Amino acid sequence: MSSAARTLRASYSGRIGSFELCAEFEIPLQGVTALFGPSGAGKTLLLRCLAGLAPLRGQLRVGDELWEDASSGVHRPANQRPIGYVFQEPSLFPHLSVRGNLMFGYRRALRVARESIRPDDVIELLGISQLLDRLPRRLSGGERQRVALGRALLTQPRILLLDEPLSALDQAARDEILAYLEAVQGVLGIPMVYVTHAIDEVERLAHHLVLLERGRVAASGSLTSLLADPRGPIARGAFAGTVLEARVAAFDATDDVTILESAAGELLIPGRIGELGAGLRVRVAAQDVSLAFERPMRSTILNVLPATIVDLEHLKRGQVNVALELGTAPDTVRLLARITARSARTLGIEVGQAVHAQIKAASTVSWVSGQAGYLDAKSSDSVTDRNSGKKVSN
Amino acid sequence: MFELVELFGTLRSTLALASTTTLLLLVVGTPIAWWLARSKARWKEAVAALVALPIVLPPTVLGFYLLLLLGPTGPGGWVAALYGARSLAFTFEGLVIGSVLYSLPFVVQPIRTSFEAFGERPLEVAATLRAGPWDAFWHVAVPLARPGFLTACVLGFAHTVGEFGVVLMIGGNIPGETRVLSVAIYDYVESLQWAQAHLLAAGMMLFSFSVILALMLFEKRMRMRDS
Repeated sequence: MSSAARTLRASYSGRIGSFELCAEFEIPLQGVTALFGPSGAGKTLLLRCLAGLAPLRGQLRVGDELWEDASSGVHRPANQRPIGYVFQEPSLFPHLSVRGNLMFGYRRALRVARESIRPDDVIELLGISQLLDRLPRRLSGGERQRVALGRALLTQPRILLLDEPLSALDQAARDEILAYLEAVQGVLGIPMVYVTHAIDEVERLAHHLVLLERGRVAASGSLTSLLADPRGPIARGAFAGTVLEARVAAFDATDDVTILESAAGELLIPGRIGELGAGLRVRVAAQDVSLAFERPMRSTILNVLPATIVDLEHLKRGQVNVALELGTAPDTVRLLARITARSARTLGIEVGQAVHAQIKAASTVSWVSGQAGYLDAKSSDSVTDRNSGKKVSN
Repeated sequence: MFELVELFGTLRSTLALASTTTLLLLVVGTPIAWWLARSKARWKEAVAALVALPIVLPPTVLGFYLLLLLGPTGPGGWVAALYGARSLAFTFEGLVIGSVLYSLPFVVQPIRTSFEAFGERPLEVAATLRAGPWDAFWHVAVPLARPGFLTACVLGFAHTVGEFGVVLMIGGNIPGETRVLSVAIYDYVESLQWAQAHLLAAGMMLFSFSVILALMLFEKRMRMRDS
């Protein structure tokens, strides 16, 4: 059971009002796990179960500790679980200053836990040193959520639980908090469970995904495998796409193009992005990938990579999802291509065929922050890349 | 000529009664208010109605029942017997018990309202920040409900100073013990001692006004400091 020590296993079922939850999943105790699904899927309820805030009973094992087991009557109350919780609204204590809010959980946590996250480090990481003596009502929405994040971190949590921490914020504050979340993940490396209904937040932050639909787990697995599953609920939708981990390998000044290295091969992205060696996440929409049997000789498309068809799924309205495997074993990665049923039939597309994947566009999703990289993530326009389309066609 | 000694005795009894009652009301009223604000029990509104009863009940009715309860044949008499007395009626202690019951709704209601006003969230936050229920109550719920506590103190104190019917029924008019201002004024008027009545009435006016004004200013300053 050595692998069990590094996972969180939860199983909850029950009814609250007319809503029925029946969810069971196991996730790694590292990286970011997104609890993803439409509104009313039970994401928040499930997160509250993990925190011990919901009246539902079930079973919860974190590492080799049993936190909750309805059958044997084990139930750790919320205040005895080593978790950090960030609510949708910052929910700072209005009668305490920012410092008072930060120290509230810190002081209490140190009675039972060893100090591994120091206030000074959190204050610096989140850039809140100027706010310490202010009262919460004097802060902007983004500042409040930063303080709430810091307050949760200072409880020395083994897991950080976040309930749509961006939903109450405007776009600018969302980008800001996202960058800080990446910084926290990169520097402190605390496993996070992140509730959201926004696929862009998932693609940017998550490593692992639990998909919820109407109180049930529809799918669970690593982000890349779930995104690339042609039968998966995300791949069936309009936002089908995959993410690739890449690294800035070179910059060609002649044509103003950045060359990225990934397990799939070399990717060219117009414009200069990032520092040499910087890690980043790139999103490739399934719509932007087309297939060719011969390598196109004179084409405007820059990124043409050899691939093997590994899976096919016919969708409604004459469309087909094609899962591709790229790179050389054992470091292969998967991409998803969305083609028409007519192309699939006339070209005789079949599993096992070797093809060339033509990637018409790729966009930067996020910078993978390392120890030094987080400042970079804060200042870079990594989110706007995505929205304002540093996504450039051929 | 005023009998100043008697006047001061009356004043002292009044203040002692109001302060003791207010203090006891906070001790008794806060848990009731907390339970009424948090409990999901279906019969809690029945309890709330019982607590609120003195608002609508004629003070003489309450006083009548209290007289039976505190008298030699009621539970008050048994308690009094423990230390050799005959009855709790017509004693200062009896008056305190009566005042607590009489002013309870004026303390429970504002505290309950402010406990309800901040909802479940701050307590959940406190729990995720490792605070146990007691800890969260003292360090989150009570500070957040401060305005409610302040209102409760003012109302509880003022209402006790002003009570008349209950005092008359169970307190009698024993100088230096159960003779309080409201009853004294009544006495002076009955015996046509207008000057004394005037002095006490004006004194009450001034005192009540000062207390309320001081508390309001204090609350305003606290709010200003917060923002």
